[in-house]
Amino acid sequence: MASCLETINLPHLPSSLPVHVALYRDVQNAASLKGHLLAGQKEFEYAFIDASMVLSRAHVTAAVFRAVNDYMHNRLQSHNVHSEIVFSLNPTNNIAESFRRFGITDSTKDLLVIKVSVSPEITHESVAAHLSSSVQGTPVPFDDQTLSEVSDINKIKKAYKLGALPSPSSPNDEAKQRLEKSLLSAIALRGS
Amino acid sequence: MGEYHPPPLPSPFNNTSPPPTLLTQGAEAHLYKTTSLDPSIPAALKIRPSKPYRHPTLDRRLTRQRIIQEARCLAKLVREGVSVPALLAIDWAGHGGEEGGWGGAWLMMEWIEGSVVRVVLEKWEAWMKDQTLDAASVEKEEKRVRGLLRQMGAAIGVLHKAGVVHGDLTTSNLMLRPFGTEVVEDDGNPSMEGDVVLIDFGLASQSSQDEDRAVDLYVLERAIGSTHPRSEPMFEELILGYRNSYKGAVSALKRLEDVRMRGRKRSMLG
Repeated sequence: MASCLETINLPHLPSSLPVHVALYRDVQNAASLKGHLLAGQKEFEYAFIDASMVLSRAHVTAAVFRAVNDYMHNRLQSHNVHSEIVFSLNPTNNIAESFRRFGITDSTKDLLVIKVSVSPEITHESVAAHLSSSVQGTPVPFDDQTLSEVSDINKIKKAYKLGALPSPSSPNDEAKQRLEKSLLSAIALRGS
Repeated sequence: MGEYHPPPLPSPFNNTSPPPTLLTQGAEAHLYKTTSLDPSIPAALKIRPSKPYRHPTLDRRLTRQRIIQEARCLAKLVREGVSVPALLAIDWAGHGGEEGGWGGAWLMMEWIEGSVVRVVLEKWEAWMKDQTLDAASVEKEEKRVRGLLRQMGAAIGVLHKAGVVHGDLTTSNLMLRPFGTEVVEDDGNPSMEGDVVLIDFGLASQSSQDEDRAVDLYVLERAIGSTHPRSEPMFEELILGYRNSYKGAVSALKRLEDVRMRGRKRSMLG
């Protein structure tokens, strides 16, 4: 299966901490991936995110940035930087709730996988190899176009208590930009 | 005097490549231009360094409170759809421990293109000075300024309607963001086409009181009176734009009359 793993050097983060991101559709083995994660298997230490809860690239990168920045400054509130990414998507301080809302579930069909190179042996190649042997799904590009086909706007608005905002009707209209900006500020201000 | 060196950038911005460029420095904060988390999109970075003359515990508390207050106002206004820079990221916690660590805070915001209204009006006033215009042309020119002032009033009205007062309204804290990509600078007479965007919420607070709203308008009126004498007679146009922008405007404007009589300090004691 062709890999769509994207490796990103986020601005402001040290180049020694690249972030690997892959998006899958029609995932067949969500329950078993979740099982490996819950069993604490080191090789399954990923941020497994239900992609229907993701609005855009900017939405995810804001959460990754917050988690990695907190990781760099020894302020993690959860087990590791990967669980912290899932937690960082949440607008409130409840870790268990953040996993219920944004994390992989048994019924997850569209899955966003994120891995931070927190140690030198984690590379693009090692992550690509492990994912292609463990995720049964169709790799698709991690871009706003694809995400817009996947995201569940109403569920996202509900999780962030933004039900009053207008819903986007086209891929990059004003309503989408306003919703995205509102998500970014909620992520930034969590715990303030 | 030696060459001025701004304080070193706090982590993680010591990694940023190319490094953020310093734009302005106030008593409370330094403002930099850098990129957002998308390297192709610029962002503004406001850093509040710690103040070494304050007790470290008090200093952290004040810095933290103020940056969070500013960020919350921006977040609220973006949700309400008011034209302000969006909050992109923030760090209020400092790092490296209480002793010897970094006790400052930072805030990353959406970059707003365009220029501040102060510059637009200064350019226009300077240009007008050099012209010999007939009455009709003067009227045409003033009409453009009136249009801008009306838009400014409307923008402030929308801000107040959302339950936020700015706390430091000047023509330097209002920006004119051009509609298109780039406006061509003509013969020194600036374009006044664009959206009015409010910036710098460092002294803003959440309030729906007529008094606070009136003081916002009063402070701006005084600022325009002292920095833009040629535009000041048209301030009434700003009031008009404000009056029509939300329901509570009328009572705030009524209060403005009182504030004009006594100045912005309500208490006459001390």
